Amino acid sequence: MNERVRVTGPARRRATTGDRSGTREIDAGTELGRVYMQSLLREQLRLALGILGLLVVTVGMLPLVFHLLPGLAEVRVGPLPLSWLLLGVVVYPWLIVLGWFYIRRSEANERDFASLVEEVER
Amino acid sequence: MSTDVVPGFVAVVLVTVATLAIGTWGLRFSRTTSDFFVASRSVRPGLNASAIGGEYLSAASFLGVAGLVLTFGADMLWYPVGWTAGYLVLLVLVAAPLRRSGAYTLPDFAEARLGSRGVRAMCSVLVVAIGWLYLLPQFQGAGLTLRAAIGAPAWVGPLVVAAVVLINVGSGGMRSITFVQAFQYWLKLTALLLPACVLLAVWAGDGAPDPTIGAGAGADFWSLPLGEGGGQGLYVTYSLIVATFLGTMGLPHVVVRFYTNPDGRAARRTTLVVLALLGLFYLLPPVYGALGRIYAADLAAAGSDTLVLELPRLMVDGPLGEVLTGLVTAGAFAAFLSTSSGLSIAVAGVLSQDVTGRRYGARRLSGVSAFRAGAVLAVVVPAFVSIAAPDVGVARTVGLAFAVAASTFCPLLLLGIWWRGLTAAGAVAGLLVGGLGSGLAVGWTLVSSDTTGWVAVLLGQPAAWSVPAALAAMVLVSRATRGQVPAHAGRFMVRLHTPEAVQLER
Repeated sequence: MNERVRVTGPARRRATTGDRSGTREIDAGTELGRVYMQSLLREQLRLALGILGLLVVTVGMLPLVFHLLPGLAEVRVGPLPLSWLLLGVVVYPWLIVLGWFYIRRSEANERDFASLVEEVER
Repeated sequence: MSTDVVPGFVAVVLVTVATLAIGTWGLRFSRTTSDFFVASRSVRPGLNASAIGGEYLSAASFLGVAGLVLTFGADMLWYPVGWTAGYLVLLVLVAAPLRRSGAYTLPDFAEARLGSRGVRAMCSVLVVAIGWLYLLPQFQGAGLTLRAAIGAPAWVGPLVVAAVVLINVGSGGMRSITFVQAFQYWLKLTALLLPACVLLAVWAGDGAPDPTIGAGAGADFWSLPLGEGGGQGLYVTYSLIVATFLGTMGLPHVVVRFYTNPDGRAARRTTLVVLALLGLFYLLPPVYGALGRIYAADLAAAGSDTLVLELPRLMVDGPLGEVLTGLVTAGAFAAFLSTSSGLSIAVAGVLSQDVTGRRYGARRLSGVSAFRAGAVLAVVVPAFVSIAAPDVGVARTVGLAFAVAASTFCPLLLLGIWWRGLTAAGAVAGLLVGGLGSGLAVGWTLVSSDTTGWVAVLLGQPAAWSVPAALAAMVLVSRATRGQVPAHAGRFMVRLHTPEAVQLER
């Protein structure tokens, strides 16, 4: 990634004619172009919802678990109550791990998309 | 002036001078209107993340959390957890597309996505409303802090903060503020970290007494991570989680920062660094809360918001205690300055586009002058309200600002980014349902002192019902008006979701 060109005007027509790359399909709004876009969107949304699902199952369930099992409030890990350890310390590295994993996967999705649509079919 | 006030006075003066100096230094880089609004979109992830952390960690984080933990115990840990997790939700759903949309502000995004002036106008009103609702407790907190630190009358704090913010925002806009905010994150972290280390050493020297057994009754209640009272406690906790997890993406001063990233990839990386910076900071306030339980138990009943400011002096005697007191006072003051600056920029940006930048008769202000006029309006109104109405309840107001943001901009952003089928009519319906629902709750909470019973609970913490209601309204009305899906919706999706490196019409 050393030089990035931001295109705001009409797409550049490639010198060679006759080829149909994915980017052209998308620009022309064809059915195939729509399928390309849908696959990217669906991949990214599935990833995002997967991460959020993990967040809900791990962090979001804590109040319910402590509500249903009140005895947990008295559990201790070393000098700290369990609830303090989970909510005051452990949750933050966990959020970072989730975020790091998301970035890796979403960039991989975008790379796959780029190589798919930039491939020229003859 | 007694010697008690010297450290606080020195701290406040130093922070003010440093803020103005860095702001003036940043001014050398501010040239164009684009610099004023979005720092010409060239801020690197590390600097940008420090700036986001700097402006996000407000009075509620620096002072409020420790006090709440002291009084109510572990369920208050949900505030910092939610404020951090909100960035994870923002990262996975909003960060990169929002940057790629190429808009300056939230109303810009709404107009570009839906092609409707009406939706734009509603968003502008909401940005100003949320901004002012959030600015109010910052100004009030500043008044409280200056009174606690140097015994100044309550109106001095809002006045000093408003003046410093106006000078910085008005002279340099986003570009110079970015440096100021980044500096203030590290100042706030240091101001909480160093005293915490000393206080922990003192605590260990005292034989490390156990805070959960320390001060009388309610030991297991203090380590229970949900509110008291069965079903209602559970509802309040989950509603708080909804408001903070989803509200972050709708806060105008947070969103505007994402436009300053160079591209979508950088926007994601910035968010990850923000997660790390916030996680690091939020390890500290609970330490103060727990130590306060041993050394300052009587503060729990009488004004726990000043716990962070008073604990060093209570635990350490002599000059070291004074220095530490000065340090936490400096951090608190930095918190007011940075959050107020960020909010003022966001509100000023919207006001300058939709109010001060418009043509009145034959006159029309240029971009930069309109921004400055907007900044004056953005700061002066809440500053006066905070002086006129001195007691609204600092932590409550911030919580309500999150609930309003979660009920309005969160559905708009989610559906606008991920669902082609959103129509202007649907957006208006959802914003009305969410805005009026949460707005009603805000009004009721601010005037009523009733805090028991289901009505009070539902209105005091509205997010758990107002967010789904707003989402449902947006989806249903959009389905009913599906013929009006904007013609450019498909093209806009391409712009939001495709990496910049791929050459496409956007």
